[in-house]
Amino acid sequence: MALDTPAINTVPLGDERLGELLVEGVSKWFRTRRDNVHALDDVSLHVRPGEFVSLVGPSGCGKSTLLDIVAGLTRPDAGRVEADGVPVTGPERHRLVMFQESALFPWLDALGNVLFGLKLVPDLGRRQRVETAMEHLRLVKLERFARANVHELSGGMRQRVALARALAPDPRVLLMDEPFSALDALTREQLYDDLQEIWRTRRKTILLVTHNVREAVCLADRVVLFSPHPGQLREVFDIPLPRPRDINSAELSGYASRVTAALKSYYTRDAML
Amino acid sequence: MRRALIAALFFAVLVAAWQAMAWSGRWSPVLLPSPGSVAEYLLAALADGSLLEATGVTLRRLLVGYAMGVAIGLPLGLLSSTWEVVEDTVGVLALGLQTLPSVCWIPLALLWFGQSEGAMLFVVVMGTTWSVMIATDTGARSIPTVYARAARTMGSAGFHRWTRVILPASLPFLVSGMKQGWAFAWRSLMAAEIYVTILSGFGLGQLLHYGRELNAMEQVVAVMLVIVLIGLLADKVLFAPWERFLHRRWGTDARGA
Repeated sequence: MALDTPAINTVPLGDERLGELLVEGVSKWFRTRRDNVHALDDVSLHVRPGEFVSLVGPSGCGKSTLLDIVAGLTRPDAGRVEADGVPVTGPERHRLVMFQESALFPWLDALGNVLFGLKLVPDLGRRQRVETAMEHLRLVKLERFARANVHELSGGMRQRVALARALAPDPRVLLMDEPFSALDALTREQLYDDLQEIWRTRRKTILLVTHNVREAVCLADRVVLFSPHPGQLREVFDIPLPRPRDINSAELSGYASRVTAALKSYYTRDAML
Repeated sequence: MRRALIAALFFAVLVAAWQAMAWSGRWSPVLLPSPGSVAEYLLAALADGSLLEATGVTLRRLLVGYAMGVAIGLPLGLLSSTWEVVEDTVGVLALGLQTLPSVCWIPLALLWFGQSEGAMLFVVVMGTTWSVMIATDTGARSIPTVYARAARTMGSAGFHRWTRVILPASLPFLVSGMKQGWAFAWRSLMAAEIYVTILSGFGLGQLLHYGRELNAMEQVVAVMLVIVLIGLLADKVLFAPWERFLHRRWGTDARGA
């Protein structure tokens, strides 16, 4: 559905058109002693370079599993995943993940966390690394907190550092696993603005997993709807709203309610089974 | 400042009570030496060098044995936390041997190594290794998996993963494990020194033992004091900086304690 229509309202890209994702017929089962959970069932998805795609669905619909598979942290049982035409066989620096609760390392300060990934980038001098790290802390407006310890930062600040850490090594794809779910509404809305600005200027391909429909609509070019048991891709919604978007605007609410209605239809159908 | 005052007052009261008990004359000075006689012995033993020499001998044995115990226990703990084979074999052995008081190793150590430094070292290493290994194992297992996953996506693998992620992430547990290992090493060594006379060196335990043989209770009490002081000092010098670091970085001392 509408997989091949060009994205609307995207800034023209430069020469670099990297960050393409191709998911084809991916299935995944989780076998436990008692159960054999069908987490993903024949999921296919094509994400264009620089596109922002949100994956929404109730818990257990396999959206986080799909993100893990694209990240290379989990292998699919069937199907294939390609990033820029290369099969995904494991984690790679071109696809970085921003996790649910901040996965910042408590033994490093904010700057140390941002430097962690940069130190694993080949051919980067020490000075360059520190400059790049500081530049990304500035990008998330936390340069004053470079030397702060993780526990001294608020939840929102931690996720900002996590964002800086994921962006600093300049990945082609940013994978976000419910990065805002633990934050309060005000902090979240501020981060939506910041993320939109960063996406506008940096043009990463972004795959965002969320259970918040408004958030998905506010940020994405396309919203992909999943339903659980087994995890299946049900519908794809194009969101042709101009940017920057305000999560509280009426047009956005219109799109969000359409997605929510679709979500509910699958949810109640499954709940009655 | 106020805390230091309270601490000083506490110990002053303790010594005063001790002195009062000694003065009461209810117990013979052989059973309860007075603070004065203990201080006298300490000064004399410091002056003739016997105390410093014994302390030196003991500390050398302790540090060498402890270092060896950590060098063996730490990697073993990391291995058993990842490999089931190691967990099911060496892990079970460690659990069993940890419960064995290290004094029990002394007869074997004497048979194997004779009256030598080797026997001392063996007992200390046996006392240290297993508790360090078990603490490391527990620590490495308690690392939130999201750290390992985040590190993997950024390209951390193999040796880098061990040294830059697993080790620092389990630091709170490592420090408590090292501390426990230190306590075990100290106990093992004292037991060994009290039971075994080794001709190559005369440690604090032996000084204590001969105090008993000579009915010189002020010597026994004085050596006990020195042992306690060294324990306190080790805590402040070796472990307090790590615990401060953990407290500062992790924002909690519940885990580092």
